[in-house]
Amino acid sequence: MNTLKLLHTADSISTWVGKTFAWLIVALMVMVMGEVFKRYALNAPTAWIFDASNMMYGTAFMMCGAYTLSQDGHVRGDFFYGSAKPRTQASLDFVLYILFFIPGVIALTWAGWTYAADAIAIREMTNSGDAIPLYPFKAIIPLTGIIVLMQGLAEIIRCVVCLKTGEWPARLKDANEIDVVEQQLSASVYVDEDAKRDAIERAKHIDEAAHQRGGHAMGENK
Amino acid sequence: MSDPALGLTMLCLIIVVIMMGFPTAFTLMGLGMAFGFTAFYDPSQPWLDNRIFNLMVQRTFGAMTNDTLLSIPLFVLMGYVMERGALVDKMFHSVQLAFRRLPGSLAVATLVICTFWGIASGLVGAVVVLMGVIAMRPMLNAGYDTRLAAGVITAGGTLGILIPPSVMIIVYAAVAGQSVVKLYAAAMFPGFFLAFLYLVYVIGWVLIDPKIAPKLPEDQLKAPVSPWLEKLGEQYSKRMLPALAKAVVMPGRALQISVTDMRVTWGLLVRSFVMSLAPVFIVLATLGTSWWYVVIYSQANANAQAGTEVVQMTTEYVADKADTTAEPEGLQEMGGDTVADAPEANDNAVSLGDQVADETKVVEVPESFYTGFWITTAALFALLAWYYRGFDAEQYEILNMLVKSVMPLGILTFVVLGVILLGLATATESAAVGATGAFIMAWSSGSLNFERTKEAVFLTAKTTSMVCWLFVGSALFSAVFAVLGGQRLVEEWVMAMDLTPLQFMLLSQAIIFVLGWPLEWTEIIVIFVPIFLPLLTHFQIDPILWGVLVFVNLQAAFLSPPVAMSAFYLKGVSPPHVTINQIFAGMMPYMFIVIICMVLMYIWPGLTLWLPDYLYGPK
Repeated sequence: MNTLKLLHTADSISTWVGKTFAWLIVALMVMVMGEVFKRYALNAPTAWIFDASNMMYGTAFMMCGAYTLSQDGHVRGDFFYGSAKPRTQASLDFVLYILFFIPGVIALTWAGWTYAADAIAIREMTNSGDAIPLYPFKAIIPLTGIIVLMQGLAEIIRCVVCLKTGEWPARLKDANEIDVVEQQLSASVYVDEDAKRDAIERAKHIDEAAHQRGGHAMGENK
Repeated sequence: MSDPALGLTMLCLIIVVIMMGFPTAFTLMGLGMAFGFTAFYDPSQPWLDNRIFNLMVQRTFGAMTNDTLLSIPLFVLMGYVMERGALVDKMFHSVQLAFRRLPGSLAVATLVICTFWGIASGLVGAVVVLMGVIAMRPMLNAGYDTRLAAGVITAGGTLGILIPPSVMIIVYAAVAGQSVVKLYAAAMFPGFFLAFLYLVYVIGWVLIDPKIAPKLPEDQLKAPVSPWLEKLGEQYSKRMLPALAKAVVMPGRALQISVTDMRVTWGLLVRSFVMSLAPVFIVLATLGTSWWYVVIYSQANANAQAGTEVVQMTTEYVADKADTTAEPEGLQEMGGDTVADAPEANDNAVSLGDQVADETKVVEVPESFYTGFWITTAALFALLAWYYRGFDAEQYEILNMLVKSVMPLGILTFVVLGVILLGLATATESAAVGATGAFIMAWSSGSLNFERTKEAVFLTAKTTSMVCWLFVGSALFSAVFAVLGGQRLVEEWVMAMDLTPLQFMLLSQAIIFVLGWPLEWTEIIVIFVPIFLPLLTHFQIDPILWGVLVFVNLQAAFLSPPVAMSAFYLKGVSPPHVTINQIFAGMMPYMFIVIICMVLMYIWPGLTLWLPDYLYGPK
């Protein structure tokens, strides 16, 4: 199916960008750790580390925005939404993407671009003792805007597909919070095998059912 | 439509749209954009020059450079790595054996593990599902009351979002402009106090009605003892501590012990001896740290400042050859010394300070600390003596299991919390230390490979992004809300009601409690809490106390039927005969305990504010 392919291409671009920038968090950890060592053990603090760590954090979370969107990871008020039928969900999403998301993100991209262009024009630096370039960091805003906008368009197509077929098209497989259940249980010694297998198999389903607060996905005898 | 009216429309609309289930970050962004555009609209200028664009990008950049939020990815990473590194199953088993003599031991162990794991992680869903598999079945098999079993898991599972280091607290700190460190210190006692109240409730209920938690059969209470230890006990002494000590000094007989498939070496004996001393080390480390912090570190800090001042003062006096008869003698002598040592004053300031402090009483360790310290020390050593009296081979095995399963996580947690609370480093730095420590711990236990590292990193990226994008959206939203005058309108409206501080406190907490049913904590803290914050100064309520009350309050909201998510997580893993109503019935009492805890916190603000005031001084 062509639309599905298109959707997955968009998803993979966002995912790839997000996963690449996710490693900035590890880099941030290492950098701050190094600074801790330098400051407290060697008594030699570095002035620009503070700006740099802020930039790493800002860049990481902004660039992961589209990735999070592609995994439906942005928090929703899923109290009613969770237990609605896929078609109802899709029509709500469709309208709200066009009403709120598209204008908001286009505005962010446009405003971010004028903001970053000013900074690039003067090659802006941070204004601390040891100045480091600031303009690439500001350029992250429009860049993020474009990727998030692209993912948003993909989400709109998703809504259209769902409106047509009545089912949400699949998302790319990715690490999930509930996966830890499987990892913990597979290493456990004291839990009996049946309970273990059962829980591992149904972990994802349990997660979804809990979000719907026992809505339609969970039968009485499950 | 007037501007304030627009602002109120905006507030109503946001609640409606959030309920429609659209990603909240973008709802906020879109609504803020639309309303801001209308507010700033000026027919004489091209619409692309509307000031809203400027505001939007500045708010976004503000969130990107927010140094409070900076510690979120690091704390989240620590949590994800820890929950992959520490084996809950083993921890539960060893804690349960350690508490086997307590009434309702399985339920107590469940609470302890939930609290403990909650410190590390903070994900409600995963904790409840996991404990549902690991603890629920054993409890039901042992004949525990379903409500008791369900209650401890759901209540314990939600503790994780309250007990530091929790992301919720960082987000509140960023929203309220408070220090993360102070909030952590403030949430510390209420968090553990709540866990303690849960514990009292469980044990109390079991004592009153022992039927609900029958004792486990004897064979499940026994820890397996390795054969060589049994032989060692026969050779030397039933009590393991003297036995191991003797065996280390005179290994002759111990080395003769022959057991199939293993050899007793001197190294093994030494290791076992050290292991059996672990509780002593813990007690010494705790006492040593508190002594060091109160008597040496704080004093050195305070006196270094005081000392420097005095040195400067006295130097001036002597240099001016002023009339010194009015000065106390001590200072004169000191002054003379100071002049002689002036070039090295830097190094000497501390020691000088110490002497000066004695005379001028700049800072002093309160007498009550020494009394309290020695009483605590005596009590702890009495406890240790009692413990070692009953320390047989089986106890040794339990200790061994505890040390291996719980200690790495425990040490890491205490280091992270200690470093944050004692103010040795900033929150961000402690988070980095914690995350690095979590990596080292998980790698050394062999439970972390590259695949899982990748998962932890990607999950961290998604969670951080979710929280911070929400912040971007709400920064714009609240700016526009303020510009429109909606905030002022709300304030005037509340003022007009002429509430007492207590009434305002009740009203605000009640609203947050109700919002906690359909919404996640992220949305409540980021969108609705800022509306109350400016009002706190008017009612003279401490934002730290109010914030901690909100955190505790959300616990109650997350435990209230029929919306509590943790109940549905537990239902998902429980055997079919456990109904959702039984789970709700089990959680209800904990909801009331949370409310009692809030009342106590209000009546007795010292519970929350003592630690931050003690560590960082009152405001």
